[in-house]
Amino acid sequence: MHVDPLERKWAILSVTLMVLSMVVLGFYALEANIRPPSNVETIDSTRLHLTEEFAEDNLGVKTAADGAVHVTMVAARYGFFPRTVTVPQGVPVTIRIASADVLHGLHAPGTNFNTMVVPGYVSQLTVTFPRTGEFPVMCNEFCGLGHDYMWSRLKVVPKDQFRASLKEEVRHEQG
Amino acid sequence: MSRVESRGLILAHFWVAFLAFVAAALLGLYQVSERSGLFPALESNHLYFQSVSTHGVLMGFVLTTFFAMGFGYYCAIESLKRPLWSPGLAWTGFWVALVGTVLAAVALLGGQASILYTFYPPLQASPLFYLGATLLVVGSWFWCLEMVMTMRAWKQEHPGEPVPLAMFGNAVNGTLWFVTSLGVALEVLFQLLPWSLGLKETVDVGLARTLFSWTLHAIVYFWLFPAYIALYTLVPRAAGGRLFSDEVARIALIMLLVFGVPIGFHHLYMDPFQAAGWKFLHMTGTFMVAVPSFLTAFTVTASLELAGRLRGGKGLFGWIAALPWTNPIVLAGILALLLLSVGGFGGLINASYSMNSLVHNTQWVTGHFHLIFAGTTVIMYFGIAYHVWPRLTGRALFSEKLARIQLWSWAIGMVVLTFPWHALGLQGQPRRISTTPYDTPLVETWQINEVLMIVGGIILFVSAVLLVVNLAASHATRDSGAGAESFAAPVQPLLRLPTVLNGVGFWFWVLVIYMVVSYGYPIGQFFVLDTHGAFPWSI
Repeated sequence: MHVDPLERKWAILSVTLMVLSMVVLGFYALEANIRPPSNVETIDSTRLHLTEEFAEDNLGVKTAADGAVHVTMVAARYGFFPRTVTVPQGVPVTIRIASADVLHGLHAPGTNFNTMVVPGYVSQLTVTFPRTGEFPVMCNEFCGLGHDYMWSRLKVVPKDQFRASLKEEVRHEQG
Repeated sequence: MSRVESRGLILAHFWVAFLAFVAAALLGLYQVSERSGLFPALESNHLYFQSVSTHGVLMGFVLTTFFAMGFGYYCAIESLKRPLWSPGLAWTGFWVALVGTVLAAVALLGGQASILYTFYPPLQASPLFYLGATLLVVGSWFWCLEMVMTMRAWKQEHPGEPVPLAMFGNAVNGTLWFVTSLGVALEVLFQLLPWSLGLKETVDVGLARTLFSWTLHAIVYFWLFPAYIALYTLVPRAAGGRLFSDEVARIALIMLLVFGVPIGFHHLYMDPFQAAGWKFLHMTGTFMVAVPSFLTAFTVTASLELAGRLRGGKGLFGWIAALPWTNPIVLAGILALLLLSVGGFGGLINASYSMNSLVHNTQWVTGHFHLIFAGTTVIMYFGIAYHVWPRLTGRALFSEKLARIQLWSWAIGMVVLTFPWHALGLQGQPRRISTTPYDTPLVETWQINEVLMIVGGIILFVSAVLLVVNLAASHATRDSGAGAESFAAPVQPLLRLPTVLNGVGFWFWVLVIYMVVSYGYPIGQFFVLDTHGAFPWSI
């Protein structure tokens, strides 16, 4: 069998380049915790409203005692609920979302907040938002004729403003 | 079936492919216009999604399947100088696939299958659509069998001799496509058909998407193989040179077979029902499958350099100018390689485990696959058609100049269409939308690109019409006097080959083992998970 020396070098170079890419990606997945949602968790999508976690009153942003930020959302034709979500800048935010009907996807452009929402499964991902601002969260998987109109808002605010907004909300609820 | 009799078979396949293509190109023009929002009279989400579904099925399933089948028969007959193993079976495959296409088209045009070409449940189409898609695939299985058996028959007649590369490549592709298509076949037969007929109420969407991912990636290699085979065996000779290395070409094609199928999870990175480790495993294979494309780019470029120097080209780049740019298949080959290198770069970004979240399901993805599919694969289909037409019809090409205009306009149109799409994707535009009603400043940054993509769409549609007109007119020109095909000879004559580079049997089993490793548990888990009454499987 004949392989030209030049071609052999090219092949070695190509394989090395690819292996290097995998090492870099693997490193950042572990080091910076940039991973796609992969929690393999089932749920009965027809009974979301009867679960504790995804019942309407429990949706939204919550801060745990240790300061961790959690967001619970529901995707349903044709909207993401709650319609506006406010999260702090520079803090890992864990988002859990389930579909009440068909396949949806959501993405806030320019951020790593991107996941499919698959009926029968819960999607969970952890994202740190580096920039403040208001982002549209758009459905990015065809879900029916209203798909184009399915979007909501994400507000990323500085940490102190986020704490203030939470207190505001609590006061509002108590009042 | 003699060479002359087989011409009808091959032309029938090519004509179905190109008629589907020109219809789909027209739909494409409608879609960019509607989507841009610049023509309020055109706005209709109903029609848009019906059109996108039809465009995807015609381009991705009909054009490609019929072209790959026709090209396989051409390579088998011309390179082996023997009839097909069973011409009757080849015709049967053609008719089964055609009936399937018609059934699917009836459902699509009737608005009963506006579920896009990926047909993800729980969106549901009429059973007619699933049945049609199944028949199209089953028809192509006749071709897979024909490729492998014709090669085997030749090997029995020529013990110990190397199988011609063009035939070898098609036998690898036949094997690849058979294994690849099993994923979607299982999904349709056991999940979607029983569910759309009302026999089952629910399907497990996680399993359906996992099975579809089995097909979704490697199907692009099924499309790409005719292009690569032509780059290896037709382009070097048409350019006046030789193939730089026959052995490395075989290694590249075998790598596409082995690494091409078990890597579908890079389409599911953002899906919650597969665990991280499996996604990472599939990513490693995805990066490995880029290697054969690197090899192909090298071997084909080296072959072209050889041709350029034989034609008197001097210096570091002089050989490029010395190439016969006026020869349609050489021109198509050069343009395909250029667009492949841009599109391939984007593909590596999509394949990246973490970076994928920035571009998943944005218009970037649409830009990427149009570059690779239309810019690399389909432009080679054009080049091949211009090259084989005089040999199939016995008549000269109506106009070589028109062919050159068509190829250039296609490549330019594809750049004008897909570069803005890449930009739109990075600016966050979702891919599967018919309008942009979002109330955000982001939408304003999209405008210029929305205009450019319409310009691209117009150029491409004109180019598509030029192709069909030229090919049709070529049936009634003067006698071409074109003789039998002669494929590019390698620089180093092939005297003996290791058995593993001269057949597909061994690699088939390697692929089966790799598939069991990468898809065994991920599919098996759906039968153990508590999916709350969603049936994973139903008969």
